[in-house]
Amino acid sequence: MKRYVYINDDESSHDLYCDNRISNRKYTLLNFLPKNLWEQFSRLMNQYFLLIACLQLWPLITPVNPASTWGPLIFIFFVSATKEAWDDYNRYISDKKANEKEVWVVRQGIRKLVRAQNIQVGNILWIQENDELPCDLVLLGTSDPQGVCYIETAALDGETDLKTRIIPPVCMGIDYELLHKIKGVIECPGPDRDIRRFDANLRLFPPFLDNDLCPLTIKNTILQSCYLRNTEWACGVAVYTGNETKLGMCRGIPKPKLTAVDAVIDKLTGAIFVFQIVVVIVLGIAGNVWKDTEARRQWYVHYPMEGPWFELLVIPLRFELLCSIMIPISIKVSLDLVKSLYAKFIDWDYKMIDQETGTPSHAANTAISEDLGQVEYILTDKTGTLTENKMIFRRCCINGIFYGSESGDALKDVELVDAVSSGSADVVRFLTVMAICNTVIPMKSKTGDILYKAQSQDEDALVRAAAQLHLVFFNKNANILEITFHASTIQYEVLETLEFTSDRKKMSVIVKDCQNGRIHLFSKGADEAILPDAYSGQKTRVFVEAVEQYTQLGLRTLCLACRELNEDEYREWSFLFKEASSNLVDREWRIAEVCQMLEHDLEILGVTAIEDRLQDGVPETIETLRKAGINFWMLTGDKQNTAIQIALSCNFISPDPKGQLLSIDGKTEAEVHRSLERVLLTMRITTTEPKDVAFVIDGWALEIALKYYRNAFTELAILTRTAICCRVTPSQKAQLVELLKSCEYRTLAIGDGGNDVRMIQQADIGVGISGREGLQAARAADYSIGKFRFLKRLILVHGRYSYNRTAFLSQYSFYKSLLLCFIQILCLWNQSFQFFQLDGL
Amino acid sequence: MSTNTASSSSGAAGSADASAPRRNSKRPKYSKFTQQELPACKPILTPKWVISAFLLVSVVFIPIGVASLFASRDVVEIVDRYETECIPPDKRSDKVKYIQTTENTTCSRTLTVPKRMKHPIFVYYQLDNFYQNHRRYVKSRSDAQLKKNSSADDVSSCKPEDMANGKSIVPCGLIAWSLFNDTYSFSRNNQQLNVNKKDISWKSDRENKFGKDVYPTNFQNGTLKGGASLNPLIPLSEQEDLIVWMRTAALPTFRKLYGKIEVDLQANDIIQVILENNYNTYSFNGKKKLVLSTTSWLGGKNDFLGIAYLTVGGLCFVLALTFTVVYLVKPRRLGDPSYLSWNRNPGGR
Repeated sequence: MKRYVYINDDESSHDLYCDNRISNRKYTLLNFLPKNLWEQFSRLMNQYFLLIACLQLWPLITPVNPASTWGPLIFIFFVSATKEAWDDYNRYISDKKANEKEVWVVRQGIRKLVRAQNIQVGNILWIQENDELPCDLVLLGTSDPQGVCYIETAALDGETDLKTRIIPPVCMGIDYELLHKIKGVIECPGPDRDIRRFDANLRLFPPFLDNDLCPLTIKNTILQSCYLRNTEWACGVAVYTGNETKLGMCRGIPKPKLTAVDAVIDKLTGAIFVFQIVVVIVLGIAGNVWKDTEARRQWYVHYPMEGPWFELLVIPLRFELLCSIMIPISIKVSLDLVKSLYAKFIDWDYKMIDQETGTPSHAANTAISEDLGQVEYILTDKTGTLTENKMIFRRCCINGIFYGSESGDALKDVELVDAVSSGSADVVRFLTVMAICNTVIPMKSKTGDILYKAQSQDEDALVRAAAQLHLVFFNKNANILEITFHASTIQYEVLETLEFTSDRKKMSVIVKDCQNGRIHLFSKGADEAILPDAYSGQKTRVFVEAVEQYTQLGLRTLCLACRELNEDEYREWSFLFKEASSNLVDREWRIAEVCQMLEHDLEILGVTAIEDRLQDGVPETIETLRKAGINFWMLTGDKQNTAIQIALSCNFISPDPKGQLLSIDGKTEAEVHRSLERVLLTMRITTTEPKDVAFVIDGWALEIALKYYRNAFTELAILTRTAICCRVTPSQKAQLVELLKSCEYRTLAIGDGGNDVRMIQQADIGVGISGREGLQAARAADYSIGKFRFLKRLILVHGRYSYNRTAFLSQYSFYKSLLLCFIQILCLWNQSFQFFQLDGL
Repeated sequence: MSTNTASSSSGAAGSADASAPRRNSKRPKYSKFTQQELPACKPILTPKWVISAFLLVSVVFIPIGVASLFASRDVVEIVDRYETECIPPDKRSDKVKYIQTTENTTCSRTLTVPKRMKHPIFVYYQLDNFYQNHRRYVKSRSDAQLKKNSSADDVSSCKPEDMANGKSIVPCGLIAWSLFNDTYSFSRNNQQLNVNKKDISWKSDRENKFGKDVYPTNFQNGTLKGGASLNPLIPLSEQEDLIVWMRTAALPTFRKLYGKIEVDLQANDIIQVILENNYNTYSFNGKKKLVLSTTSWLGGKNDFLGIAYLTVGGLCFVLALTFTVVYLVKPRRLGDPSYLSWNRNPGGR
């Protein structure tokens, strides 16, 4: 469904789209009682108790005071309703605060302060520095002459770095005074939840006419809940408002996770119910027989000769009421209460506070603590989870020369320093790519130091390293990048940025050297993405060796490459790129295709190696958890060798001869099949031996294995205690979780980055590390912790306590109610026994 | 892609306090409770601990069992079942008709005292298969009416014995209506034995539940006569047979106190009982028994408590012994991780 947003049109869109009133409320004052009651009564257990309570109101059959069921039932409903009401009230307060905030909006051509809730789709808004965005905007103008503004998206995706947003090209150069007179139409898709995509087109009306449809991307938008930073003002047109914003669409209630204990309780309740019905039927029949044979002879009871038509039902119903206490009425409420206490214990735990940042652990999902005590598989991400994600540039290989091999630090390598100071062309080019082939934003602090705001830690490390080697990237002014090298300033104009995606595994920038006007393509990326694109004559063997050598040491490698483009080639390509960018469907895929057209015949400049150190206590944590019978799988996007090195260094797998690592590889179906069968055979043999057998599989083989040999792979997954999956995509991570879950294992997924979110949501328990890659994983997760080593305490202390306590409480609840009920049944049995004995039945 | 923001962040939509700064300021408070460090004690069930616990239980329980068994054995009890014996042999084919039609149902029983019985000797009547706990029966009374003269017409709960001839019955209800009406008189060597019928009911019942100003009126005046009649000149608080009867029994076999004999009975004394067999238990095959019993510090004759104590004590002793043997023959290291489920079969599942 498309929507057409008419800019600055006060009439047309009023009724079409909702206003900007944010409402997270579930209830209103009027519908609270019926809606809440309805919700509570949609639970089977509550329906049952309501039926019992209603039957008790019938004085003919009730054996006990109706208050005995109505009391607890009303209490339980009251507790749940109060909790709901309190949550809803808090939501209402925060909504109200947001709704009543005043913003500058253009109304009838005049800027006015208007309450945020009255913003309509198509309105033009003015935002000041450090303001929070009240709705999703398409930028029209900023205080910056180049049309750039900076935003902080922490509330949206948890990333704390600043991002640049730019106004659409057609709006470039529109006068400040004219901005609020702009008319036009934006064609955009209906509201969706994808905060990384906005595929739309803009066409301005006279007098701002431009022949072209101007494509819009997420780069031209500012989404609700972002903050405007380092920009005096920005103005834009509201495209999504109220609950239809990207953030609003993202919200939604996550599907509640059910713990293993909950499932058992439900089953047990069902079984007890069946048992209760059997008891009621047996006793009901016995009671009716007794009444017809014996009770009529008991003159002192004065039984009437003729009863009402439902007489046969009276005794069974009475037994039903007597036996109704078999199912504990309080179990759900008491479990909910203790579970929220477990969650509080996790929040309060002093031993799980990250001392560096002062972040306490947090249990976002209060309902599943006891599952922590039953984890069988832990699927962990590598970067940022096992490692610190504090990247340090260690070594590099420039044009076949290895730097930093002796000292382990290229920055201190005399040879490299000499090469830099002598201005060797290869080295300078290498450093230039390091410094500008990225999306880093340099910021001048008050003391004059340059701070880098980088989305990726690798880029940050590279830019820093280049700066230390005297090639300083110090300013980014819209499209102009400025670097200094030995006191001379060089300017580059960025023509295009071909962004990094996990499918492409590389990113490129196209820059124009402002001195000589030559156009360069600078690329950096994973070796397997860059090296095949080398120009045909270049010998890439030395780089392959370098990559090999560095990964052996557990370093992360990136290949840097460049190519000079001629003017025509660029112009031609630029046209295609623009077309692809303005596509509304499959834009990402089309762009990747177009990018590939340019990224070929590259000249490989060299390889960088970045160290990512292990976090404190990771090996000990993994060893302890493995001793507790928990199996570990490592799922990483990194290279196989790096992954294996890290796995070895953190006790993940044991080195030979105690451990054995089997590898599944292959590029075709047949190869993968053969390799899989071989590994499976070895596994079957070695299950009896006390040997640590693990397997390693890469993303490609995994894709084939999951698609064609799912059964064999499942068997393998059951047999093995450890696995390493490298080069896997986020969706593959989620698939692996799904696979283990389908084998009835309790899985825990732990990760820190946006690429782990799907895995975390898929797993029975998701744990996020509130690390450097932002809070995205931590927000999607059920638990967030500061460091990997807290997992030990989370599982072995909190998980175990919670499991024991829940088990005790639920067992006690059932025991207590069955005991109470059995007293009555035994008493009945005792008396009827006497009667049947006497009667000779 | 962030498809679902966790529920915790749902409130942060438009509000100014984005969750990032809040997290840092929310440093938990330290206390022993929040850190789950409160002192606790959980016994580890080591063999010695278990064996000594069982031994202790058996050492405590067996003497208690023996003592209570002895106490119960000391009680002298005479039980005489008479409901069939008290009907002349030629009338036994239709007992119900006999009990309903015959005017003089006096019957004589002879009891022999097996052992010396010290006073007070309690006289009970025991009914079997009589459901005083029946729902219709139990509910058929009016406590308000029993207590206060002014509530004489409070008979709604007494159905079907609430009114007779258009007037309220006091005391109303099935319980009062079916009051037991066999009577006993005892003599030894042709000498009358006095049966004291004072203070056989609960004191609290007499003082609080049955009013001093409530007199039986219109009682047993209906078409169907149930049990005993009451003297309309004596207030309910002094009608102790009624008070005893109104305290309904929980089980279908029960004894109720008839009176007390305040003299000692010697062994081999012959006691003559003249009883009037009025009460109809024949229509529902109920038994009637006359019971004379002394008491010990534990109450009447009941071996159950002693046997229960002895059983539990003995069982604990046997268990302690077994565990000792097992512990000596095949000891097991405490906390051996090789007994954990995943270590028992190598290679996981």
